[in-house]
Amino acid sequence: MKPLEKIIVLDFSQYLAGPSASLRLADMGARVIKIERPNRGDGSRAMKLKNMEVDGDSLLFHTINRNKESFTADLKLPEDLNMVKKLIGYADVMIENFRPGVMEKIGLGYDTVRKINPRIVYGTVTGYGEKGPWVRKPGQDLLLQAMSGLAWLNGDSDQPPMPFALSVTDMYTGVHLSQGILACLFRRFKTGEGGLVQVNLLESILDMQFEVITTYLNDGHQMPQRSQYNNAHAYLSAPYGIYETSDNYIALAMGSILKLGKILDIPELLSYTDRKTWFDQRDEIKMIIGNKLEKQTTSYWLNILQAAGYWCSEVYTWDQLLESEGFRALDFLQNIARPGCPELMTSRCPVRINKDTFKSRKWAPVLGEDTQRIIDEFHLNAEKEGLK
Amino acid sequence: MKPLEGVTVLDFSQFLAGPSVGLRLADLGANVIKIEKPGTGDICREMYVSNLVIDGDSSIFHAINRNKDAIEIDLTSEKGRKQLKPLLQKADAMIINFRLGVAEKLLLDYESISKINREIVYGEITGYGYEGPWKTMPGQDLLVQSLSGLCWLNGNAAQPPVPFGLSIADMFTGQHLVQGMLAGLIQKQISGEGVLVQCSLLESVMDIQFELFTTYLNDGHELPVRSSINNANAYISAPYGIYETQDGYLAIAMVPIPLLGDLISCEPLKSYDDPTMWAVKRDEIKQILVQHLKTQTTAAWLDVLEAADIWCADVMTWKRLFETEGFKGLNMIQTVKRQSGVELETTRCPISIDREIFTSDKAAPVIGQDNAKYLL
Repeated sequence: MKPLEKIIVLDFSQYLAGPSASLRLADMGARVIKIERPNRGDGSRAMKLKNMEVDGDSLLFHTINRNKESFTADLKLPEDLNMVKKLIGYADVMIENFRPGVMEKIGLGYDTVRKINPRIVYGTVTGYGEKGPWVRKPGQDLLLQAMSGLAWLNGDSDQPPMPFALSVTDMYTGVHLSQGILACLFRRFKTGEGGLVQVNLLESILDMQFEVITTYLNDGHQMPQRSQYNNAHAYLSAPYGIYETSDNYIALAMGSILKLGKILDIPELLSYTDRKTWFDQRDEIKMIIGNKLEKQTTSYWLNILQAAGYWCSEVYTWDQLLESEGFRALDFLQNIARPGCPELMTSRCPVRINKDTFKSRKWAPVLGEDTQRIIDEFHLNAEKEGLK
Repeated sequence: MKPLEGVTVLDFSQFLAGPSVGLRLADLGANVIKIEKPGTGDICREMYVSNLVIDGDSSIFHAINRNKDAIEIDLTSEKGRKQLKPLLQKADAMIINFRLGVAEKLLLDYESISKINREIVYGEITGYGYEGPWKTMPGQDLLVQSLSGLCWLNGNAAQPPVPFGLSIADMFTGQHLVQGMLAGLIQKQISGEGVLVQCSLLESVMDIQFELFTTYLNDGHELPVRSSINNANAYISAPYGIYETQDGYLAIAMVPIPLLGDLISCEPLKSYDDPTMWAVKRDEIKQILVQHLKTQTTAAWLDVLEAADIWCADVMTWKRLFETEGFKGLNMIQTVKRQSGVELETTRCPISIDREIFTSDKAAPVIGQDNAKYLL
């Protein structure tokens, strides 16, 4: 069995944060029905990366929305709204990421929905919370990275603030949303009632920085200083970072500078006997290491360092990763092509439960693909049926 | 009521990935007991960052382990195993992140534990999974980032591969394990049986690349090309990025280039009317913006762009952010207190349930602090 079998999720959200939460719930066994507006649907259907489109939708949409169904409804039409309200009566979870107040205006705010179905777990994602000066501000990943201080942790010290080059805010928030939803589903066994789960991008991206913000809050508010050379973490000592070698790169994690000096035969390093200098003088130490490492190949250094048990690794491209035995052993890829379409490969759920890797052949739905089937299954159009 | 009230979790893990799981479960209401090696405990206690020590432990240990109890047990001794057994019998869940093979040696693997408690939800984190040549390699954040291709997405094109400047593999893996364990607790309610939940750093750090990695898998395996200027995402068109202004920095997300040119009175941008060019000529367009945006202050640009609903933001430091009304309204900072009276500030759980934020003033435990409460 999958843990969320028989759980029905209605997902009103768009783009990445909300839909990534429902994707995880789907992989763990839930039935996820996307509620989309007619004609355009989820905005990410049109959001193309590298102009990649598959069967009328962006490849990006396929990636985030596999393993889901699609139901179209115009929530401004009373008829459609009524059908959705009926569907809510059968649902266990609903997810939305409209700006604060929009669901209330439509008539699907938590307090209304709870009256329709007191067992429902209602998950909501906003950019900056439900109140305050930023409620109207767009909750977009890069903007949150910029506002949250995160960009001052990435890149070298002579660079402008550099964002993390992925939508990490959306993804972290989506993970938190699904955690809250799962926790409330668990609580429902005891209380018989649902709950309201609220997350926002700002809190989640601050949570991602919790270790270093805690350090900042208690060290007299010293601003983080990125390393000047091969920065990998503003708060960690030398040698932490990625270094160039004569043919490629090598990553060195945390470890003793004295031990490293012996392994790499760099006598200069042996003078850094006080551990504190490994942080306070990390740039000068890292440059000494860099000067040595660039003289030989990556495999030369890996042999020496690994034999001595020092934490190091190659730095792969995706090409190299795909060819590696280590990656192949994960059996991490799956085909999610729509019926009749050419193979479309993507990655699978990273969580394993009872050794099941939760692969799923279910594709990302065409807009409205399941509307009629769902209307019939749940008798959403009973009045009309009665008239026939 | 907090959703995990009444749930007891034994946390055998160290460092960040595993203990961040215990932290989230604790904030959601679980009673989390850290099981540590007598005398020394979680190695993270000594992992000082920027040489900061608070009441004997590192600041990151405090951040990761607040809201937990702590006991000392020697897992290799007969006495230790005896002390542990009643705790295991009563626990609802446990977390481990030993190197592969160690749990079996300590009789803490899922099969052995199942014989003591067949209803336990068992959460395990490894570096690289259970098969293949990497399974026994150290599962350390930077090393996994380096193997995963992630570093080739970050930084500018002329730079070496640049790791993300936080332990992002550890953190996402921890959060994924929380998801799995919560699902496991649900499954246990239905089936009455224990559940094994497993995550690895490599799978989780591949998962966070799923949007871009899927593009690569289906575009004929073209490797990502980072922007040569102010890179923010190798796959997103101009102007996406952070730019210097006269007095600071400005983040601009997606916006049609001619519209942007119009709003900020930048003539050369107005001719880029074909959206495919925003990808193809990304760096050329961004270079024009770099020159132009330096001519005004951040506030001046924000006035113009925000009025037109363009996705943009000031780039703040923590200091400036923490002074804003928007941040203060979140009540994101809480003070935690040790039994010794030592206090420190940290962030709270980012999930709110039934309009309640979950705070707790319980600081990270001193080693062995709760021995008397749990050990015979």
